[in-house]
Amino acid sequence: MDKINAANVKKRRKKRNRFIFRTVILCVLFGALVFAIVSNLKEDSKAVDVGDKAPNFELPQVRNVEGEVLQLSDLEGKGVMLNFWATYCEPCEKEMPYMESLYPEYKERGVEIVAVSVDATELVIQNFVDRYDLTFPILHDNRSAVLDHYGVIPLPTSYFIDENGVVVERVIGELTLEKLEGYLQQIEPS
Amino acid sequence: MKCGHCGTENQTGTAICNNCGQPLDNKNETKLLNMRYDGAAIRSKTRNKSFVDKVWNFFSSVKIGVTLIAIALIASALGTVYPQQMYIPPTVNPSEYYEQEYGITGLIYYQLGFHELYSSWWYMLIIALIGISIFIVSIDRGVPLYKALKNQNPKRHPSFIKRQKLLSHTVHVTQEEKEQFIERLKKKRYKIYEKDGHILAEKGRFSRWGPYVNHFGLIVFLIGTLLRFVPGMYVDEFLWIREGDTAVIPATNQEYYIENHDFIMDIYGQDEEDEKFADALEQTGSLVPKNFQTDVTIYKDDAKDVVGAQPELQEVQSGSIRVNQPIKVAGLTLYQDSYQQNEFQSMSFKLHEVEDSDEVAIAELTVDLTDPNKEYQFDNGYTIMLNEYFPDYTMENGVPRSQTNFPRNPGFVFFVYPPGETDPEVSFLAIGQNIPGDETNNYKLSLTGFDVRDVSGLSVKKDLTLPIVAIGAIIFLIGVVQGMYWPHRRMWIHPQENELLIACHTNKNWYGLTKEFEKLTDGTPIANVVDQETDTEMEPDK
Repeated sequence: MDKINAANVKKRRKKRNRFIFRTVILCVLFGALVFAIVSNLKEDSKAVDVGDKAPNFELPQVRNVEGEVLQLSDLEGKGVMLNFWATYCEPCEKEMPYMESLYPEYKERGVEIVAVSVDATELVIQNFVDRYDLTFPILHDNRSAVLDHYGVIPLPTSYFIDENGVVVERVIGELTLEKLEGYLQQIEPS
Repeated sequence: MKCGHCGTENQTGTAICNNCGQPLDNKNETKLLNMRYDGAAIRSKTRNKSFVDKVWNFFSSVKIGVTLIAIALIASALGTVYPQQMYIPPTVNPSEYYEQEYGITGLIYYQLGFHELYSSWWYMLIIALIGISIFIVSIDRGVPLYKALKNQNPKRHPSFIKRQKLLSHTVHVTQEEKEQFIERLKKKRYKIYEKDGHILAEKGRFSRWGPYVNHFGLIVFLIGTLLRFVPGMYVDEFLWIREGDTAVIPATNQEYYIENHDFIMDIYGQDEEDEKFADALEQTGSLVPKNFQTDVTIYKDDAKDVVGAQPELQEVQSGSIRVNQPIKVAGLTLYQDSYQQNEFQSMSFKLHEVEDSDEVAIAELTVDLTDPNKEYQFDNGYTIMLNEYFPDYTMENGVPRSQTNFPRNPGFVFFVYPPGETDPEVSFLAIGQNIPGDETNNYKLSLTGFDVRDVSGLSVKKDLTLPIVAIGAIIFLIGVVQGMYWPHRRMWIHPQENELLIACHTNKNWYGLTKEFEKLTDGTPIANVVDQETDTEMEPDK
């Protein structure tokens, strides 16, 4: 009887060890698999996205006094619409008047609009600003440093950032007046 | 499973008793024994109940592995039917492109995601599942085989001996003759194991590990490719940089900058040394490039300020990047990759009277296309305003606009203010166009010259996974060689009263084994082996 018992104990131990061994191996393998697929999907979206903290940056302003710079952190406590654009981009050109028309009202309500142009020369931005009488701050990112840092690819791309600096909405492509107003309301500080 | 002969407890699924070699597959009354995995039980053939065991058994099936490989092969082949997304023009919309170019099949191709097949999640899933399958199959078969070969009993059951493919049966062999045979075996580098006068001679066992070494190499290889996704292990970026410009080097967290001093493209036939190629060059009839080179300086930004802030650049190194002679900085390698020549950098104009046939210059100006001024004032009282500038001019619905950021086709609207005038004369200029705003214009601007510059394309690369991938590939090849070029040969010498039975087994090249056996027994009364599969005696010199 003792022999049978001992054999059974041995068998059970063997079985348990096998179970642990297999579980560990399978966990490691599937962990690697999940890691590979998740990282592959992430690769496509390195960009700053909804829920992320908007990275701080500093860029020179175009229209204002020469050399004056604006930091995103200067606008803490306000809702910020951050618009990436360029003069040669037609959809950007179409949405600019909408932004201008809503700007004075929302500025009162604590929402700032900041437009970052990636044009190569300041002259073309200046001409554009004059043509559309834009009054909100226009920044010049001539090295595309901020554009790259945010991982923005198509223009226009607009970020709507709340008073805590968190991205609430990211819009790729042209905005309509109604949609723009809806997003601006979302980031109005409470 | 208990062996009926020696009483050893064998694992379920064992075909040949691990201890004495008594065949346990009594149902299979075939003449020859199945020697796969040396009769050891494949682990997954053991009874299983738990979920983990079921998953394990699924992947341990060679059928599943082969099916996965087949699927991966078919998918990989389909991915080459139409170009992948990265090879279609970057400006077109892929959702329309495939249908326009290839019709309905193109649309299906796009909608099934084949246009970016090799990075799609399901393709990666198949490759990863193949990896898992290889891993589990190897453990499942390799471990029992290892154990079976490690604990071989030289004394085997007679039915094990008699059911081997090659068998030599000799009625009378003296002790001396037997020892002579064993001596010869030793000379042929067989290892001899003995128990109770029963002898096992074995060589080349390590060749049995070949497939497992090879699978291990594959797994290392796959891990290497997986490591590409670990941040900092792999970079493959591209950078366009114009002569005179300083740009951020990608993937350096905006820490390193590069300045392009000069892009050089040399062509064969321009110096005396090349005269020896004169005939060949004439035959070619086109320009043959000799050298592509970018002279650069690399800087480090010490400011570590917020993104976009003016950097404080400290020179790190200067040098030339040529094809196959990259520059290394911060773990990255910068290769010369592409170029665009002759992009406009500045344009010069002169102002003259329309009526003046000699076109005597009243004023001359140069517009820097990288940073044009708005206003140009002259000592003689003239002022010229650059009212509009279109770097890449095009007409759209009768309105001029720029298509891109780059001065490829510059267009200008100039306002000319003669001294004391407040109403300007308007002129529009572009390449091949000089249109006065008004028929009554007194002044005209004419292009007098332009400067161009080149744009250099550098690829920025880093791949720390390469050594791991290379090690994996080397291990893979070692496994292939190990398994391919050495046979695993065994002979069991089984004395039976005054008879001598010798059974032979090999994992490959049975002919070679019979030849070796002939040589070993040459001049002894030991009989040649009989191939029991075909029932023929392996005769000498055949």
